[in-house]
Amino acid sequence: MISVRTLCKRHGDRSVLENVSAEVTRGETIAIVGPSGGGKSTLLRCLNYLESFDAGSVTIAGFELRPGMGARDAAKLRAMRSRVGMVFQQFNLFPHLSALDNITLAPRVVKGSASGKAETRALELLHKVGLRDRANAYPHELSGGQQQRVAIARALAQEPDVLLFDEPTSALDPEMRDDVMEVIRDLAKGGMTMLVVTHEMQFAHDIASRVWVIDKGTIAEDGPPSQVVDDPQTTVAREFFARLRSARRD
Amino acid sequence: MTRGFALAIAVLIGCAPSTDPQGKTLAGIQQRGEITWGADIQGGEPFVYENPEYRSELIGFEVDIMNAIARRLGVKARMVQYTWSNLVPSLERGDFDVVMNGLESTAERRERILLSEPYFVYAETLTVRAGDPSRSIFEMVGKRVGTLNQTFAHDILLMLDGIDAKVYEGNEEPYRDLELGRTDAVLLDNIIADRYGCVNKALYCVPYDVARGTYVIGLRKGDTELKRAIDGALADMRKDGELEKILRAAKLWDDRQAVADPGPGVMRPHHSFDGDMLMQFVAAAWVTLQLSILAFLLAVPLGMLLAVMRVYGSFPVRAVARVYIEVFRGTPVLLQLFVLYYGLAGYVNLGPMQAAILGLGLNYAAYEAEVYRGALLAIPRGQGEAARALGMSPLQTLWHVMLPQALRIALPPMTNDFVSLLKDSSLVSVITVIELTKRMTIAAVDLRGWLVPGLACAAMYLVLSIPLSELARRLERRLARDQRPHTL
Repeated sequence: MISVRTLCKRHGDRSVLENVSAEVTRGETIAIVGPSGGGKSTLLRCLNYLESFDAGSVTIAGFELRPGMGARDAAKLRAMRSRVGMVFQQFNLFPHLSALDNITLAPRVVKGSASGKAETRALELLHKVGLRDRANAYPHELSGGQQQRVAIARALAQEPDVLLFDEPTSALDPEMRDDVMEVIRDLAKGGMTMLVVTHEMQFAHDIASRVWVIDKGTIAEDGPPSQVVDDPQTTVAREFFARLRSARRD
Repeated sequence: MTRGFALAIAVLIGCAPSTDPQGKTLAGIQQRGEITWGADIQGGEPFVYENPEYRSELIGFEVDIMNAIARRLGVKARMVQYTWSNLVPSLERGDFDVVMNGLESTAERRERILLSEPYFVYAETLTVRAGDPSRSIFEMVGKRVGTLNQTFAHDILLMLDGIDAKVYEGNEEPYRDLELGRTDAVLLDNIIADRYGCVNKALYCVPYDVARGTYVIGLRKGDTELKRAIDGALADMRKDGELEKILRAAKLWDDRQAVADPGPGVMRPHHSFDGDMLMQFVAAAWVTLQLSILAFLLAVPLGMLLAVMRVYGSFPVRAVARVYIEVFRGTPVLLQLFVLYYGLAGYVNLGPMQAAILGLGLNYAAYEAEVYRGALLAIPRGQGEAARALGMSPLQTLWHVMLPQALRIALPPMTNDFVSLLKDSSLVSVITVIELTKRMTIAAVDLRGWLVPGLACAAMYLVLSIPLSELARRLERRLARDQRPHTL
């Protein structure tokens, strides 16, 4: 489903991603963890080309991404993005549209679905994320957790092959995180291919088929949670998890 | 604040203190050794105008006559520049001693101020396009005839039912519009017609006088002593030939000058602020509203386009938008209106209303563009990213995500601009559109006072602007539900 080959990205002199290579097969859930500034979000954003990269290539949902794609590849990028959903840390719901319209906008505008059909599907998705009764609410009338669930429904409305989550619970109060994590867990059970950048170790442990520890622009460790989280092999991973555990105890 | 208000009211009523006590102007002149006279050099050649060879010097037959009168009174004469249509009210306010600037002896004026004996006899001349067989003013019923505001010719046109009088402020423009077919004839003094109309091969001056009238010097009511002195000087000048010499030098001497007083002129019916005038005000307010709404309907989409060009365009596109904004924002609307209506008349023949809407619309588009640009830049970055991540194209993102949000942010400054446009629309009277403010100044002449029409005009502007502000407020509440003020 996703294949990353020797991906490199630089910000001026600083190397953000260094020769990252990885494979994700259909139905896998990858939890991406690691210290801040290590390149987790950048890697995720390179996968749907919200950020470009300098070398290497990415194949995602059947589309091949290369460095320097521009206006000529715009149609291809758009086609790719409607196969790859993304959920942001700050939700980024459209404040001028109701929850329902937030979800139906892309199907109507990008795919040209009839509004009736798009709405029926949107209501199903709202039901799925537990917000069937808030369809006509505007983003500012919803709590953070509710907004993030609408954002997930919005991403799902495109019927994507892959979902990318960029720290989906980091901007939420602890009591609201559970609702959002519950939705993501259900998706994992349903066989959705997902990459989730997260700081929630328990959550990563529960839902991930694999965990990537990213530090200094490389995947330092890659394996099932039972191995990576419970028995990390690299110093980087060991120190990172130790720091997290001590932080939790404080 | 209160003093400023009181002063404003005083100016409005026209009761500011005059320089000399009533009826004592002559004594004041003799004491100062100087007589001041109001005129407008925009009236141009041959009245009072700047010497083309030596710009700071004023010349013209009225300068010569006034200098001769002053010499005979034993004082010096000094001209003071005022807008022609404000000469009489300014005289009454006491800004200068007398008016001398093609001031016609109309019955109405004779009632309002004191008039000297005439120094010139003119004829109202009808000018038509060459090839037009019309030879009489009576053939102009149902047609458009241009003239100058507050003139005897204007009075004549108003007396004749069914003529659509178009009122101008300058000598050149009525003849230009006649040539362009915007009007069917021009009725003005032969002095003006000879210089600005009859010289044009495309126009024809009908060689019969429609009416005759006289130019006189205007004085404040009560200045009978000054009138006696000026009349005496004029009579002496007529007797010893100095007047004829001056008029001959200006190529103005003709047979008409032998007849001293050709009659009282037409008397316009007295006006009070009645139902008819109120209806005129309502009609003018409707023009103002129409003008403002249509201009704004042009300014909003054009401004939006310019803002999008400036924010998202490539370098040349950005440069085009930038130049447009700088040019239209950096030059006066008045100038833009003149250029649009008169300057481009040879290439695109716009009607006054079209030119007014286009002019105001193009100008306000520059302001709206900057408002929308600010609004677009204020939208959080994540919005564009979310739209892109959903596979939306730049145009779809712009239309469905960015512009609706920009509009919400821009609503308060847009309301501001619309109210401002409503008032700026008064500028279009320079291209002959009679809107609310112009109607007020016309009524002020008819009513001989500014207070009543001024208050009526102010009330109408408020009647137009307050509901619009209220509408905008509701729209804002509906569209920008989440934009509540932060607690300080």
